[in-house]
Amino acid sequence: MADDTTASPEAEIVLRVRDLAARFGGRTVFEHVSFDVRRGEVFVILGGSGSGKSTLLKHIIGLYESDEGSVEILGEAITQLTGAARHALLRRIGVMWQSGALFGSLTLEENVAVPLEEHTRLPPEARAMVARAKLGLVGLADAAGRLPAEISGGMAKRAGIARAMALDPPILFLDEPSAGLDPITSAGLDALIRQLARELGTTFVVVTHELQSILAIGDRCIMLDKEAKGLIAEGDPRVLRDTSENPVVRAFFRREVVA
Amino acid sequence: MLTPPDTPATMAAQPEGDGLRLAFAGRLDAAAVARLWPGATRAVHRGQPMTLDLAGLTGLDTAGAVLLLRLERQAGEARWQGLAEGPLQAMLDRTRNALAAPPPAPGPRLSWLGQIGQATVERGRGMLGQLSFLGEAVIGGLAILPRPWRLRISEVMRHLDEAGLRAFPLALLLGVLIGLILAFQSSIPMRQFGADIFIPNLVGISLLRELGPLMAAVILAGRTGSAYAAELGTMTVNEEVDALRIMGIDPIAWLVLPRILAAMLVMPVLALTMDLAGLLGMGGVMATLGFPPVAVLNQLQQALSLQDLLGGLFKAAVFGLAIGLVGCRAGLAAGRGPRAVGDAATTAVVGGIIGIVLLDGIFAVLFFRLGL
Repeated sequence: MADDTTASPEAEIVLRVRDLAARFGGRTVFEHVSFDVRRGEVFVILGGSGSGKSTLLKHIIGLYESDEGSVEILGEAITQLTGAARHALLRRIGVMWQSGALFGSLTLEENVAVPLEEHTRLPPEARAMVARAKLGLVGLADAAGRLPAEISGGMAKRAGIARAMALDPPILFLDEPSAGLDPITSAGLDALIRQLARELGTTFVVVTHELQSILAIGDRCIMLDKEAKGLIAEGDPRVLRDTSENPVVRAFFRREVVA
Repeated sequence: MLTPPDTPATMAAQPEGDGLRLAFAGRLDAAAVARLWPGATRAVHRGQPMTLDLAGLTGLDTAGAVLLLRLERQAGEARWQGLAEGPLQAMLDRTRNALAAPPPAPGPRLSWLGQIGQATVERGRGMLGQLSFLGEAVIGGLAILPRPWRLRISEVMRHLDEAGLRAFPLALLLGVLIGLILAFQSSIPMRQFGADIFIPNLVGISLLRELGPLMAAVILAGRTGSAYAAELGTMTVNEEVDALRIMGIDPIAWLVLPRILAAMLVMPVLALTMDLAGLLGMGGVMATLGFPPVAVLNQLQQALSLQDLLGGLFKAAVFGLAIGLVGCRAGLAAGRGPRAVGDAATTAVVGGIIGIVLLDGIFAVLFFRLGL
């Protein structure tokens, strides 16, 4: 499994979504959403603004609960778990929030050490070193002692990834990792994601609408659409770009204006 | 020896020549590292030859890699053995590279004397800033006089509603309670001298001259000053204030003047509410002591002058100006980051209360000199 391509079809399914729907009041954001993510894959959830990408992500990680459909992460239905079982599952996923969501009163190093403090019994020195290693991994070794208010938006995102990776989780969820970053930083982040997926077998579920990123990192993708209120495409993004017959998908990948 | 992949890591330390051989087996993850860290770091000594035997290792996470690298750093150097090319080696290399950059040196720390000096300078700058903000507000206010239609009346009304009408029940409640408490507390000693008929004089003068305006100002600082700071602070953090400036709109005229005007207009009304409610509370206590309302009114008429009332209401308006200024300035001077808005609100309340007490002292001297 050490090659750079899609995880093999028989790899273990680490995320299983079945018939999920999101409704707020009387408004349906999406419905009948089903897909599987396999271990080691970089799986991209894409779609235009307002198509419900971030809502879908929040349903998957159990922040929102839906009456319809089911979500299983690593074989467990996250919304039905409580107490210690839920705690144990949360330890095995990492989430990078769109804005980084760093705690403003803690330095970057302390931010990354928060999950280590909560979930491990590592001595302080070990926690600090792990935190520094994670920050070094995303290129922020120099900024370890700075507060979130003192860094740029792109740095906050990278620090958010470092914190999400603190416990070496088998699945990482990234919400818009490259939005608002310059192309070079963004490409560096894409390379990091690919490298982690290849070397560690970490599974990535990435929400994004950045075309460059999707093509650079995505093994497979699904596409949500506002009008269709659900999935309109699933597959290898490069194949979708070249062969999809769906006008919205074509417009998305070719940056056309939908008539 | 074949170890199943999920066995928690074990460590075996053996002497090897004049050095040490540390053999790890199993899955070296955060839980295992937490267990092994103290023993491992104690076993290794600087300058002692060390071999790290990793042949039995089946898993390695960042914490595990950190332990191994830390041991290497502690010993000075290490001989690595038994680790095949693959994900474990990759994890080790990646962590080594990530830790290669030395931790940033902490900035120079000031001595305690320096810290006091720095804090003093900062406070002084803050006060100067407050003063220059007062100047800006005055200039802004004068500039708008020839073109009064540029003042946003709807905005003034909204703040009148929020700072005044919505504070009215609170002022009423606090006023009654304060009048009641004052009258009751003073009745105990005054009764001993048979002077309880003078309670209305005491309570009336304290309320109209001091407590009415002061308590109304405390309400305004807590409710409205903090709200101004939070609102303007959020706008500053969101760059809305910069946007206004770039559109050629003066934030003083657009944001600050309506708020200060509302605070100044609302304060005399709130103070008057406090006064009347307080007198009502005092009347209640007097009734229980057996004095009819006529007697109380009579005393009040003798004791109080219109000057007392108007002086108090004038003070109230000045307090409103001070609270509005401090609140708006705290908001506009807000820093960046998530704590900025909270800090601004705190500054507004604390600064506002300090400001009104200082002003009250100045007024006491002034009124005394003027013979009011």
